[in-house]
Amino acid sequence: MTRALRRLRTGQLLLICTAGAVALAGIAHVSAEGLDRPEIAVGFGALIAAGELARLTMPGNREVAPIGAAAALGYTLLLDLSQVQLHHSALQVVAVIAVGMIAGALPHLAVGRPPRLDAMARRLLTGALLAAAFRPLADPLYWLTQGEGGTWWPALGVMVVLIGLMLLIDMLIAAMLRAEQVRTAFRVALRDELNVAFPLGAAVASSGVLLALATHSMDLVALLVFAAPLLVTQVAFRKYAGIRATYLQTVRALSRVTEVGGYVEPGHSRRVSRLAVAVGRELGMAEPELLELEYAALMHDIGQLSLRDPIPGGATVVAEPDQARRIAELGAEVIRQTGVLDRVADLVSRQCDPVSEDPPLASRIIKVVNAYDDLLGGSTDRDRASAALERLRLGAGVAYDADAVEALARVAGRLLLRL
Amino acid sequence: MRDLPWPARVYLVALIGAVAGLVGWSAVAPGGSAVAGKLDVLLVLMLLFLVCESMPTLLTVEHFAVSVSFSAALAAVVLIGPEGAALVGLTAVLSVRPGLPLIKRVFNGAQFAICGYAAGFVYVWLGGAIGVPEVHEFDDLIGPYVGATAVFVPLNILLTLTMVRLATRVRPVEMPLRGLAQFLLSYFGYGTFGLLVAGLWATIQSISAVLVLVPLFVARWAFGQYHAQQRSYDATIAALCQAVETKDYYTRGHCTRVSLASGMIAEEVGMGVERMRAIRYAGMLHDVGKLGVPTKVLQKDGPLTEEEFAAIQLHPMRGLEIVQGIDFLDEAFAGIMHHHERHDGKGYPMGLAGDEIPEFARIIAVADAFDSMTSVRSYRGARPVSVAVEELRKGAGTQFDPVMVAAFVRALEREPWQPPRRVDLPPPDAAETPTKDHDDPTMPIQVVTGQ
Repeated sequence: MTRALRRLRTGQLLLICTAGAVALAGIAHVSAEGLDRPEIAVGFGALIAAGELARLTMPGNREVAPIGAAAALGYTLLLDLSQVQLHHSALQVVAVIAVGMIAGALPHLAVGRPPRLDAMARRLLTGALLAAAFRPLADPLYWLTQGEGGTWWPALGVMVVLIGLMLLIDMLIAAMLRAEQVRTAFRVALRDELNVAFPLGAAVASSGVLLALATHSMDLVALLVFAAPLLVTQVAFRKYAGIRATYLQTVRALSRVTEVGGYVEPGHSRRVSRLAVAVGRELGMAEPELLELEYAALMHDIGQLSLRDPIPGGATVVAEPDQARRIAELGAEVIRQTGVLDRVADLVSRQCDPVSEDPPLASRIIKVVNAYDDLLGGSTDRDRASAALERLRLGAGVAYDADAVEALARVAGRLLLRL
Repeated sequence: MRDLPWPARVYLVALIGAVAGLVGWSAVAPGGSAVAGKLDVLLVLMLLFLVCESMPTLLTVEHFAVSVSFSAALAAVVLIGPEGAALVGLTAVLSVRPGLPLIKRVFNGAQFAICGYAAGFVYVWLGGAIGVPEVHEFDDLIGPYVGATAVFVPLNILLTLTMVRLATRVRPVEMPLRGLAQFLLSYFGYGTFGLLVAGLWATIQSISAVLVLVPLFVARWAFGQYHAQQRSYDATIAALCQAVETKDYYTRGHCTRVSLASGMIAEEVGMGVERMRAIRYAGMLHDVGKLGVPTKVLQKDGPLTEEEFAAIQLHPMRGLEIVQGIDFLDEAFAGIMHHHERHDGKGYPMGLAGDEIPEFARIIAVADAFDSMTSVRSYRGARPVSVAVEELRKGAGTQFDPVMVAAFVRALEREPWQPPRRVDLPPPDAAETPTKDHDDPTMPIQVVTGQ
């Protein structure tokens, strides 16, 4: 546990503590005052727990629990159940969400999959925020729906606006955490979060509203009926996340065939890809570009497989420039065979180009990082590292991209400090 | 229309006639006026139906495509009645789904209209009230609605299958029971969308349709992404495996063909979808460890020393080492690890025998040997399929699992094997020509011992 805590950064810690405090306040309130309409609270709590149980990890290691989130939204937005007005307070909503989430996380914990505390805290906090904003408005909105000229449009409007705000805040928090976690610019992180979270957010939001409105006429049966659309969404996203993860694992794994075949030093591809991604982040690349960079870096040496004999040591930095170019071209040819990774193939084919030929940024990064790792060979010796960096700096602006070299110096400095 | 065989034409005309009759009858019957009073509702539902019908399939289970459009027709059953449902179903004619010819659209419109009317008829018969349900009436709605769905779905399948059968004259594909159950389940699951739309109509009218549609569109998007990634993944894994083989001119394409043959055997022994996918990947990746074996050992002329043979024996483990980080079924790993075990226990690396050998490995072993025999090698030409099958039969019980050999023979009878057509011969200056293939059962590896 202490190790897990130590890995958290200040922002995450702050978030988790706040969420814990809010959850405690909610539970304390409920234990003092008792639950308002306990059967409804239990029903929604159970659905939140089920959603938490079915949580999934989206690309980029983002943990989401769409069904749980929609259920939490629904419970927050509930105005009435079968035309009987409901009066649960914001604190009760917080308590139900917190208890439901903990209950859903327990089975995962039992089989040794601890929850991502920061992701849970974020889900709880944004839920609490919405509850605090919406619950005080619940009574007036309900009265507007009653009587002769009663209408649901104001309620619907308020729900949509508040949910939109909540999603925005959620993404801001997520982007802040992410910027801190992977050391990227906030602006870039926010754009990535928006791209990733928008589709799922829209599905969750509309299901939450649907659920809140459905209970008006449908009783708690709505909990089951409403789950259908979101279940389809969940299945689709789980499959998508699964194949994305397998894809990356497979490319990572197969990038090792060059090592097993003795073409390159053990661990070379992995080290180059990790460093390249870190440098790419440092230079403000967004996630889709980073993924291409990672693939290209992993497979940058795959052209060696077409060579009859391995280059001694595999270090392409000491190989003849013509030879290196040929390897790059052969590798690009292999990747082009996929028919889908053309951009990656392009990055690989241009990994040897000097700056004057204006290669894409990712190719420049690979060139710099590859040379660095060839010189260093996975050693963590600080003197050797600075000697390697010095050598790269000599070629900066001609053979190597100057920005990429400086970014690498910063990244490498951090990595060596952490050891 | 002209391409259709005459029974299909008759069937189509009969369907269209039935629909025309229905429309005509409801125009004169008292029910017709009910539709006229709810034109706005009708229009929204038609639009909803059209949108769902026009977007390509949401979920594909085996050979069937599920579209959620029918839930709009079911909502119309509740909100407008049988005639309204028929009219909503008829809009399928206007579908703009790409690649759907007019004749299919006409058929779809006709059959959806009939299904809608029948479902509406059952709904009324079960005592369901037609019209926008009052908020407290929702519970009374559920029973009749379920009845309507239970009629709509099978009728829809029946009408469509009949058409498929008449038009293509092939026996409908046999569907595994589990696939059918999954299919029906998702169909009924989608049916609940109609209930949601109808149940929420009193509260927020047509917005309910939008709220139901958003998660569906997102799901559709995610499924699309998933399929794109899946295709991309399959292409990538194939390309990378082929890259491993580029050095040896004779084994190029081996991994893809072993993957294919393994899949054929797996299908024949009745594996589920997930396992089939896993074994295809395992077949694809079974030899990636070969790179760890020096080329000169793999292709050495004459008997091997014990060390060299040990190096060859290591390649399944090397392969496993490489792919270990991938989230496959564990069975796939076992298949790669043990694909050179023999039924009589004389294989490597562990010397497992009979049922101790994992099922995946037993399958891959057969596919692997078969492809090796039917491909050109430098020391011999490609053997015809019949000879290779004979060799497999000969080895059944000693080298191969007889069950898998028999399954493969059956599979080959069903879909003939396409041996690699042509081999790009190595350039003449290539120094070494390989004189063996470790996968070839007719050329057992000889090891020099006792030195």
